[in-house]
Amino acid sequence: MRFLARGGRSSKDRTSLRRHRAARPVLLLLSLFLVGATYAAVSPATESVADGAADAQLIAQGKALFSQNCASCHGLGGEGLAQQGAPALTNVGAAAVDFQVSTGRMPMANPLVQAPAKENTFTEDEIAALAAYVASLGQGPAIPTEDQYNPAGMSPEDVSRGGELFRTNCSACHNFKGAGGALPNGAVAPSLQNATPKQILEALRTGPGQMPIFAEGALPDENAKQVIAYIEQVNAVPAAGLSLGGLGPVAEGFWAWVAGIGSLVLFAVWIASRGARA
Amino acid sequence: MSDKELDLPVPDPGLEEHPPRFTDVDPAAADRSYRQIVAMLAAVPVLVIAFLVVYFAVPRDAELILFGSTFKMQTTLLGLTAGFATLLIGIAAIAWARSLMSDEEIVGERHGAASPPEARERVLADLEIGIDASAIRRRKLLGTGMAGALGMMLLPAVVSLADLGPWPTAEERAKTIEKTIWAEGVRLVTDVTNVPLKATDLVVGQLVNAQPENLEHLEDSAEYQIAKAKASIIVVRMDPNSIKIPESRRDWQVDGILCYSKICTHVGCPISLWEQQTHHLLCPCHQSTFDLGNSGVVVFGPAARSLPQLPITTDAQGYLVARGDFTVPVGPSFFERDSLKDFQEGDR
Repeated sequence: MRFLARGGRSSKDRTSLRRHRAARPVLLLLSLFLVGATYAAVSPATESVADGAADAQLIAQGKALFSQNCASCHGLGGEGLAQQGAPALTNVGAAAVDFQVSTGRMPMANPLVQAPAKENTFTEDEIAALAAYVASLGQGPAIPTEDQYNPAGMSPEDVSRGGELFRTNCSACHNFKGAGGALPNGAVAPSLQNATPKQILEALRTGPGQMPIFAEGALPDENAKQVIAYIEQVNAVPAAGLSLGGLGPVAEGFWAWVAGIGSLVLFAVWIASRGARA
Repeated sequence: MSDKELDLPVPDPGLEEHPPRFTDVDPAAADRSYRQIVAMLAAVPVLVIAFLVVYFAVPRDAELILFGSTFKMQTTLLGLTAGFATLLIGIAAIAWARSLMSDEEIVGERHGAASPPEARERVLADLEIGIDASAIRRRKLLGTGMAGALGMMLLPAVVSLADLGPWPTAEERAKTIEKTIWAEGVRLVTDVTNVPLKATDLVVGQLVNAQPENLEHLEDSAEYQIAKAKASIIVVRMDPNSIKIPESRRDWQVDGILCYSKICTHVGCPISLWEQQTHHLLCPCHQSTFDLGNSGVVVFGPAARSLPQLPITTDAQGYLVARGDFTVPVGPSFFERDSLKDFQEGDR
């Protein structure tokens, strides 16, 4: 604005158009438009906003749902509330929302070490609206499409490779059979028995809770699909007898010591006791 | 024998009083016990026949759902019938011994452990005759020769202990357990799939189980497992503002991408249980916990030393590469290992 004024003072022979009363407001509008257009072109999040009226409507619906169900902890704009332990949702993306809500982890019933999976009370459309709204807040992984996670048609070699990848990257927390396991401070790595392929891929890409992110750079979709195929195959094979949670030697040892050796001790006591006398 | 002869410090209290059992004095109780034992034994043939019927009649793939778990119908029934049959035989035998067999205590006297003097003298005389007959007293070199020959046979066994490995001199250790195949410029590649890692591909909160690129050349050789066991790493990316990076290690990382040995410093288990939010890495074997947001110091558990950090940087194409080998030996402690160079809380 100052350069305009100075320009106006220094050269009186410039066209009168510049001195027109509307020149400043018009220029202001033009520059605002330019800034807006550049921002829209550069920012991918707003790109999706500009996609169409349907999207805008979905986002508006998502925003309403968000205000009712999520904002008390995550803030009205998804900025998060540190004192509630609720993280900012500005850059988590649609995949994180779909995972957390479809597994019933969010909304949390009460603040705990970790959000437990429970029954999901939202419809698919409501989750899509919530996801669209949160995705509009910033950047983050989108909800994966079926061809990214559906393991149908994978060869036995793929399943075997998936097993290798699973044992290298996942078994430290989720157990070699995907039965889950304990983490420090009361947290747990959940069992993968009931996880859907979509949820597994979403968890890999968004890293819910303490889980690290396994992003595409190191684990491309093809490899992730192999891991999913392995989990599906393991889940399809039923465990014989009482699996005791499939957690390994601790649960089995507890059973053997308490029930097995315990009953042997009772028999030994019975054999050695003198019994009632006349 | 009396107590005096046995030289006991306290007098022998003798047998305690023997009160009779109910089954000894009450014929009805004895009959009841008798009937119970016979009933248990009679149930065994029934269970055995049930076992045979199950074996032939129940299809092998039939399933049974109990307590939410799936059982194979046939094996479950075979186990139950055979198990209860065995258990009933055992219980019947014990019940028989407890209630119907005589339970009067009986004292069985024993003779002393030593042989009588005349028997001992006879054995010594026989031995003397044998030594004379062997000629070892007259031809003395026979005995010496045999002892020397047997003694020398120990040498090969002792010398072949050298096969257990080279003597761990400082020079030998520097070439083996204190060294990995990491070297300057070696790329970090993913474990299993061998994909080189680009710094720009990693996001904050990401964990990658990785290994050196040059490990691939060793595949299918004897050194492969040894090299992999020492050189396995985990690569994590954290927000640089949320972690402590000491001045001396500022150029060991790339924008919060840090690389650590995957081998626990306690007894060498591979660790990759990393909590994204706390930055803690937990070893599943003995719960040693390392803080990867603080140069790998131990925050819990039996490990005594920080997790070794691998200095990394990027190459011209943007791939993550090592700046050299680990600065300290990876893995568990060993007797001659020097711990002075390990990172400690407060180091700059």
